[in-house]
Amino acid sequence: MSFEFPLLSLIIWLPIVFGIAVFATGNDTNAQLARWISLIGSTLGFLVAIPLYSGFDITTSSMQFVENYVWFERFNVNYHLGVDGISMPLILLNCLITPIVVVAGWEVIKQRVSQYMGAFLVMSGIVNGVFSSLDAILFYVFWEASLIPMFLIIGIWGGPNRVYAAIKFFLYTLLGSLLMLIAFIYLYKTSEGSFSIEDYHKLSIPLTPQIFLFIAFLLAFAVKVPMWPVHTWLPDAHVEAPTGGSVVLAAILLKLGGYGFLRFSLPIVPDASLYLADMMIALSLIAVVYIGLIALMQADMKKLIAYSSVAHMGFVTLGFFLMNAYGIEGAMVQMISHGFISGAMFLCVGVLYDRLHSRQIADYGGVVNKMPVFAAFFMLFAMANAGLPGTSGFVGEFMVIMSAVQINFWYAFLAATTLIFGAAYTLWMYKRVVFGAVANSAVEGLQDISKREFILLAILAFFVLWIGIYPFPLVEVMHSTIDHLLIHLSTSKL
Amino acid sequence: MQKLYLLVPLAPLLGSIIAGLFGRYIGRTWSHRVTIALVFVSLMSSIVIFWDVLEGNSYNGSVYTWLVSGDTRFEIGFLIDHLSATMMIVVSLVSLMVHIYTIGYMHDDPGYQRFFSYISLFTFSMMMLVMSNNFLQLFFGWEAVGLVSYLLIGFWYTRPTAIYANLKAFLVNRVGDFGFLLGIALVLMHFGTLDYTLVFEQAPGLIEESIEIIPGISWLVITLICILLFIGAMGKSAQFPLHVWLPDSMEGPTPISALIHAATMVTAGIFMVARMSPLFELSEVALSTILVVGGITTLFMALIAVVQTDIKRVVAYSTLSQLGYMTVALGASAYSAAIFHLMTHAFFKAVLFLGAGSVIIAMHHEQNMQKMGGLKKYMPITYWTMFIAALASAGVPGFSGFFSKDAIIEAVHFADIPGVGFAYFCVLATVFVTALYTFRLIFMTFHGSPRMDDHTREHLHESPWVVTLPLVVLAIPTIAAGWFIGPVVFGEYFKDAIYVLPQHDAITRLGAEFTGIFGMILHAFSTAPFWLSIAGIFTAWYLYNYRTDIPGKVKTSCGPIYTLLDRKYYIDELYSWLFAGGTRSLGTVLWKVGDVKIIDGFFVNGTAKVVSLTAALVRRYQTGYIYHYAFTMIIGIFVILTVWLY
Repeated sequence: MSFEFPLLSLIIWLPIVFGIAVFATGNDTNAQLARWISLIGSTLGFLVAIPLYSGFDITTSSMQFVENYVWFERFNVNYHLGVDGISMPLILLNCLITPIVVVAGWEVIKQRVSQYMGAFLVMSGIVNGVFSSLDAILFYVFWEASLIPMFLIIGIWGGPNRVYAAIKFFLYTLLGSLLMLIAFIYLYKTSEGSFSIEDYHKLSIPLTPQIFLFIAFLLAFAVKVPMWPVHTWLPDAHVEAPTGGSVVLAAILLKLGGYGFLRFSLPIVPDASLYLADMMIALSLIAVVYIGLIALMQADMKKLIAYSSVAHMGFVTLGFFLMNAYGIEGAMVQMISHGFISGAMFLCVGVLYDRLHSRQIADYGGVVNKMPVFAAFFMLFAMANAGLPGTSGFVGEFMVIMSAVQINFWYAFLAATTLIFGAAYTLWMYKRVVFGAVANSAVEGLQDISKREFILLAILAFFVLWIGIYPFPLVEVMHSTIDHLLIHLSTSKL
Repeated sequence: MQKLYLLVPLAPLLGSIIAGLFGRYIGRTWSHRVTIALVFVSLMSSIVIFWDVLEGNSYNGSVYTWLVSGDTRFEIGFLIDHLSATMMIVVSLVSLMVHIYTIGYMHDDPGYQRFFSYISLFTFSMMMLVMSNNFLQLFFGWEAVGLVSYLLIGFWYTRPTAIYANLKAFLVNRVGDFGFLLGIALVLMHFGTLDYTLVFEQAPGLIEESIEIIPGISWLVITLICILLFIGAMGKSAQFPLHVWLPDSMEGPTPISALIHAATMVTAGIFMVARMSPLFELSEVALSTILVVGGITTLFMALIAVVQTDIKRVVAYSTLSQLGYMTVALGASAYSAAIFHLMTHAFFKAVLFLGAGSVIIAMHHEQNMQKMGGLKKYMPITYWTMFIAALASAGVPGFSGFFSKDAIIEAVHFADIPGVGFAYFCVLATVFVTALYTFRLIFMTFHGSPRMDDHTREHLHESPWVVTLPLVVLAIPTIAAGWFIGPVVFGEYFKDAIYVLPQHDAITRLGAEFTGIFGMILHAFSTAPFWLSIAGIFTAWYLYNYRTDIPGKVKTSCGPIYTLLDRKYYIDELYSWLFAGGTRSLGTVLWKVGDVKIIDGFFVNGTAKVVSLTAALVRRYQTGYIYHYAFTMIIGIFVILTVWLY
């Protein structure tokens, strides 16, 4: 609270202002200018987010870097921002991914460069807004606004079936979040005129309305995560999206759903969460096992990674609803780790797609002969995706399995099948794409990764290994917040 | 001393990073110089530590805190005692020899630097595994050695068989790790910590607790934990029914077959169970399971070795069988004998593998023994070192394998838990089979008339010194390592590291009868294993050196049995049909029916269709003709009036 400088506003609005500046460069004659402004904007966006970590007080569970101004006095809507141990790591992840996406599209995007780059910068700011809003209406505005840039990115720069995918993505997520708005209006009435999320946390609500509220939130968040059975928009969206779109979708946008559960469902309706925990656990475990099996049979690399994302996000929701420290902290680590790993996996597929214009596994084979450096990076990320200890992919899964066994042995049993299925679908794909003799003349002509691509993959590799080898600093910042959440969960609000 | 502990794993890791990332800049020679020097540093540190441990010092402490969650601290740390110090010596010595050997074996390979990087990385991982003081780091090392094994089996990545074998190895190991991780999860749940010492202290308190994982069937928690942990060991140490990956792993270059798939990595499971002896001792059910699994592996894998013609595959099946011996020893609570056999086996099996590799180089990468023969006079050093290793393997008195194997057989004989009769039969019968397949290899390869083509024969010569030096160096412990049986197995060497309940303690009873190594050798002449072993060697000589026409006749007259052994009991076929095929079919059904038809086809696109159909229906009334609207309004007014009036 001692920090008076409006840091969070800067983190939100700086990328958006830069994004608008990028739009202003106009058509593709100024493409190079647009690229450089985007790079500067996104890098600054990351740099200004660093004080969030260095100035963060790990001993408190209350909101930090708070800003609170009146927005609509008539309805008691405020421009109220703040972060805690749950939102802070997610904001940092988002600010880090944005420059990576900008650089990833550097030479690849040749049409409407300014709009493409601008859309990512604006989205980065909006997502920071989602993670730091403490006012329900402000949250809702940012939440819905985040759909627009992604809708455009898929719809304009996407593949041949982009319109279907973009509309499916938009409708799915929009319909999901409408009920959330109704939930907010209900809470506004119950709290006698407050849109403050922190007020909602303290509100006592009977069980039946709690269950209705839970379901309203569930639809919004489950679609975003996405949980089984509302996941089918994700493979389509990923397949059609350009590489940068897929990276942001997997690394950032899916986390909005996970974040929603921690910020709204668990603390606002803890009794309903407890009441419905078994259902949530069942849905999560279906995601892990069922989706893992489906991923195995995919012939399209992006679809395979999309399905593997759903399976990995199943660990996130599983961890949340096990409701103990290992589970929730493990789920948080899994979210951050998945941001790096899935982002890296989509970048790797993008590297291949840029060269051969195919995502089909069958079109590849023996890539290692021509691209050894790429193959080494891809190996690392594939192993991380398979949850190898020493990479970030292991930490979250390990903690969630440790947590699950305490509730029920079979939960842990089903969750741990990811050890086999995760390795099977990832490494089988790797084998068919990378290993073997050179499969065809197209592969024969492949060039190894450029310096630009090397830097991107190296940055992600650094984080994947760091979190795997030394996750302590990452989990440390979450402790107070999650301890407080657990205490909160164990006290009934009826 | 604590800095020295760090040096043991970190020196090879540094070597691996240098050779892996900068190998192409520093070149081939410097890559092997750097990695060998750093593994040598690791060996020297291990020796100093070993000396320190012999003087009675031990260490148990943390290096850094990996994670804190809830009330649990997950640490990375070292436990240095007699058990880990012994393993460190074995790992670093064999690793150093394999590094040197690789200079010769991989001389012309374009992936030279990469290979050195991998084997150094393996040394690091294996050290982390054996030096660990907690389950988490154990699991880290456990999976890391699995990763390096995966990379090395698929080292020649353009060969379809190699990249099939490495995927298979990784996945089968993952099945084991699946059980292992669940075991670790239960340990954490019941003990609240993953630190070995704290877990072992609390273990006796858990002996009464039971758990119902299937409603109605009650298990002792400790039994469940031990069996789950042992499933991990079955994967890594290739015990039936998770043994299928090890023979295929021979697709990798021979030096790693020696280092990883014989001497060190595959013994990780044995090491782990010995390390967990305070847990396993508490569950007789788990010990019986181990005994039976070990017995099956020992005998049935040895039988396969008898019909193999690929020189590396004979040694591979022999490894499976020897691992079975170690497992049986664990089940009989003879942990020290298991570790002792692990050590002697590491040396004699490394010699057999490296010798086989030497033969393969001389034969221009021909591995079929039917095309060899008479190599003795061309390759005397290879022959004599391999001959010594074969004697050790067959358990001829005086050589290292004799002492360790005899201790195991005697311990099983004395043990008294369910399943011990079966295990005793298996280990005894296998003595004959072991001698038979080992000397079959020796006679087919080195004796008799040469069966290779003239071109190959003209170029036959002994391998260069970088290949023969490791053979000679490793031949020394192949002879002599067994002589330390007194203090190591029967003495107090492992008393702080291994815990045995008094009622299971066959080893101490054996120790009471132990009168020194010469007494043991003399005693051997009056026991069954010695005569079985001699009979095996004689049979091998008779069939493969004297009357070489008989094996062909036996093969035709025992057709079905031969085919069964040759097809490895059809287990591979069964697994690929049941597990690989079954999983893929299930995945396809879930995808095509669950996702595409039901969720997307019915719900998602169905909803969209209902909306568009309703819209199409409603649209018909929006004709745009004013008289349609007027007419509708008149009907409406008429209806309203009617309702209102009545």
